[in-house]
Amino acid sequence: MARNDLQGSLDLLVLKTLSQAREMHGYGIVLHIQHASDELLSVEEGSLYPALHRMEQSGWIRSEWKLTETNRKAKYYRLTPLGRKQLLEAEKSFEQLVKGVNAVLRYA
Amino acid sequence: MSIINRISNLFRRSELEREIDSELASHIEMRTADNIAKGMSPEEARRDALIRFGNPLVTRERVTAADAEMTLDSIWRDLHYSARQLRRSPAFTLTAVLTLALGIGANVIVFSIFNALILRPLDVPQPQGLYNVVQGPKGFVSQSYPDYLDYERRNKTFSEMAAYRFLDAGLSTGSAAYKSWFYEVSGNYFDMLGVQPMLGRFFQPSDEHGPNSAPYIVLAEPFWRSHFAADPNIVGAKVEVNKQPFTVLGVAPASFHGTDLFLWPDFWVPMLDQPQIEGFDLLTRRIAHAIWILGRLKPGVTPEQATDNLNSVAAQLAKENPAADDGMRARLVKPGLMGDFYRDPTRAFLLGIMALALLVLLAACTNLAGIFAARAADRGRELAIRLAIGSSRWCVLRQLLIEAVMVSLLGGIAGTLLSAGLLGALTRWQPLVEFPAHVNVVPDVRVYLIALLLSVGSGLLFGLLPSRQIWRTNAAQAIKSGTTGTIFFRRFALRDLLLGVQIALCTLLVTSALVALRGMQRSLHAPMGFQPQGLMLAETDMHMAGHADKDALTLQKRMLEEAGKIPGVTAVGIINDRQLGAGVSSTAVWRQGTTDFRTSTEVMTPDYFSISPGYLRAAQTQLLAGRDFTWNDDEHAPKVAIVNQTFARRLSGSASAVGMHFMTGKDESFEIVGIVEDGKYESLTEDHQPAIFFSLGQNLESDTALIVRSQLPAVEIASALHRMLAQIDPNLPFMIHSYPEALASVLFPARVASASLGIMGLLAAMLAVTGIFGMAAYSVSKRMRELGVRVVLGARPAQLMRSALGRPLILLLAGSAAGLLLGVVASKLLAQIVYQANPRDPLVLSGVMCTMALLGLLAIWIPARHALAIDPAGLLREE
Repeated sequence: MARNDLQGSLDLLVLKTLSQAREMHGYGIVLHIQHASDELLSVEEGSLYPALHRMEQSGWIRSEWKLTETNRKAKYYRLTPLGRKQLLEAEKSFEQLVKGVNAVLRYA
Repeated sequence: MSIINRISNLFRRSELEREIDSELASHIEMRTADNIAKGMSPEEARRDALIRFGNPLVTRERVTAADAEMTLDSIWRDLHYSARQLRRSPAFTLTAVLTLALGIGANVIVFSIFNALILRPLDVPQPQGLYNVVQGPKGFVSQSYPDYLDYERRNKTFSEMAAYRFLDAGLSTGSAAYKSWFYEVSGNYFDMLGVQPMLGRFFQPSDEHGPNSAPYIVLAEPFWRSHFAADPNIVGAKVEVNKQPFTVLGVAPASFHGTDLFLWPDFWVPMLDQPQIEGFDLLTRRIAHAIWILGRLKPGVTPEQATDNLNSVAAQLAKENPAADDGMRARLVKPGLMGDFYRDPTRAFLLGIMALALLVLLAACTNLAGIFAARAADRGRELAIRLAIGSSRWCVLRQLLIEAVMVSLLGGIAGTLLSAGLLGALTRWQPLVEFPAHVNVVPDVRVYLIALLLSVGSGLLFGLLPSRQIWRTNAAQAIKSGTTGTIFFRRFALRDLLLGVQIALCTLLVTSALVALRGMQRSLHAPMGFQPQGLMLAETDMHMAGHADKDALTLQKRMLEEAGKIPGVTAVGIINDRQLGAGVSSTAVWRQGTTDFRTSTEVMTPDYFSISPGYLRAAQTQLLAGRDFTWNDDEHAPKVAIVNQTFARRLSGSASAVGMHFMTGKDESFEIVGIVEDGKYESLTEDHQPAIFFSLGQNLESDTALIVRSQLPAVEIASALHRMLAQIDPNLPFMIHSYPEALASVLFPARVASASLGIMGLLAAMLAVTGIFGMAAYSVSKRMRELGVRVVLGARPAQLMRSALGRPLILLLAGSAAGLLLGVVASKLLAQIVYQANPRDPLVLSGVMCTMALLGLLAIWIPARHALAIDPAGLLREE
């Protein structure tokens, strides 16, 4: 069975976010997830960076230091082809998780 | 990519941490700015941003910890952990590292020699296409100069062919005369090899205009340095080779020492000057096989095509010159070791020693595997806990493997350093006094790679052997019982087998070493057909001072006369090339009345010598029938010969051949006037070779070995000989030494064999001792409680010993017996190198048994004392 835990969901959220935007810094990812989930999900910032680092080491994302619109230095992340593949897998296994949880909930 | 990232992360951790810090800082700033934009005060905004983040230090830790989940970082931790484990038990680590250093060091040394002699090509540009062209049958198969010229002219597969010949001569520089070893080479030699001169120039085909036309000499760099003080203006200087004037043309680079791997000449001269230098003509004699041919294949031509091509040339030559070239065939062999005359035996010997060295290393590995298994067993509870809290078996194993490889790498480094030092000394070592032979065995990249491979390989080997036990560990069981070791040791385990094999190997090596040593000792007293003890030798070539033929004979007669007058000298004689020396020649022999002189019709090819009257008496060679020569057996008298028993038997079928005739060529008929006992002529291991002695008065020779028998101390007789010879001709270089000393080169292969076997045997013995000791000590320590109970129940010391040390002793006995049997078989091989290697010698057998018993006693002594000193009360209280 595919690995499905909280960390897995965070990875999925980050990968999905990066697949929609071309590149984004950590703070932007936090804002995007919050915004896109209608403020339902808020990413714990202390967990985000370890996850980003791990994903970068695994070759799913790449990073680059750049200037923001407000001329601040920030590290921008973007998806690699490997990350895109990983995203597909993560989406699939998340759907299964949802299906599974739903099935349990509806079991009467 | 990501692996490289992770590795670099490990080494720039602080930089990584800075980067994480600044990324987090930028995040916090952005959050703060947004908060302010939402209407918070700056302080409030910043505090909110920080709170959301939690402690930034902790976050940073968590980011870097993400690495720790990756394999590499955990390997890094394993390395730290392993290093700590090893530091905690320095005695174990030191033993293991030393054991491996010896095992790997021995392998590196043997491989390095193998590499230098067999694998490495000649040290010239583009050595790949170079081949020696030798004669068909195996053996000492040099070529003749006319054949060389015909091969070179008629072949279609070589771009060039050069000829060379290694020999000695007297070199005088005006102020001093030396006996020098040098090469006579064809004019295209240097051009074909592509070597560039360090100074001046090399001679070329364009310098040559017929025999004796190119009086040029090229010096070797070390000789130029030692004998000409590295004079930069040496080019153009005049020297004399065998009293013939030569001009120095150039100096060869230091890296070039000719076309034999183990010879270091003083200089090179054109082969066209051979008649002038040596006083006889090799260049026109097709029958005289005395030179080596080295050729460079045309690009794209395979050695097989070239061999076919040369064989068709050889067939033509055989048809044109049936007397000399009958049945001639050509073979191509890798150059550097006199065709394959030395290559095949050297390779066989080195491969044998290499196999032994590998076995020794294997023995070291089994020892260490045993120790590692024991350690793993002692750490059973720790390992079990790690398994229980979810560490994978692979993780536990990995840590143990890393520990093992770490030890083996340390051992490998120590062993390689050790052997590099020894190989440096070996490179400088010149084993034969009179002959410039040594080999450059300094390790190269290939050797270091092998050392690395051996280190990692042995680490994995002895790390993996105990791994079976980890794989089978049942965590719950192990925590309860506290140890997993019993699984490994209870049954007749792999380890017992390994230790048994190791003891057998050790016995084999000890046996071979003793057999070789005994053979050596015996060969010094073997019947050689003469008595070297008490003989002094003065060797020279009259030609070095320009004397030849009758002139030489006159001088030789004077030498005999003067030497006989030295007080204390009992007998003197002259032989052209001493028996068991380097320059022994042979000749074909036909029956009396033969008219068709070709290889297929000859009776035998005996060694031949020219001796003065009195030589046989001085050498103490027994005359069995007939008479010795007198000075009346000269050129005017009928040609006579003295032959040995084997010759007589082969010619006549019986031992009485006095009065018979034989021929060595057309119009060359000899009458046998005496028969002497058989002897050794070329090597100590040879078996009943036929030999002829000609009369020096009839068969003039400029090569001269004066033998002097006397009871005087060697030093005294040597100085008397020096004085006497200097009076006869001060310009004639002499080499004066005792006959037993001169035999060093004949004994050299046997010496090398005994020394290598001895060293391997010593290593194996050390390993066997540690192996038996390790096993005995471990089995005693593991069974302390059981032994304690036995003592309480009234076991006597002997019974205690049997139960504690029975197994190691059985292994020792079984292994020794097997090793002894193997040793007996292996000695058959050894007999080819060492004279009369015979394992059924009672001295050898008892020697082996004593050695093994001593080793066993040594190894079991301490564990046995431990077992006997058991204090049952204390032991039972402990748990």
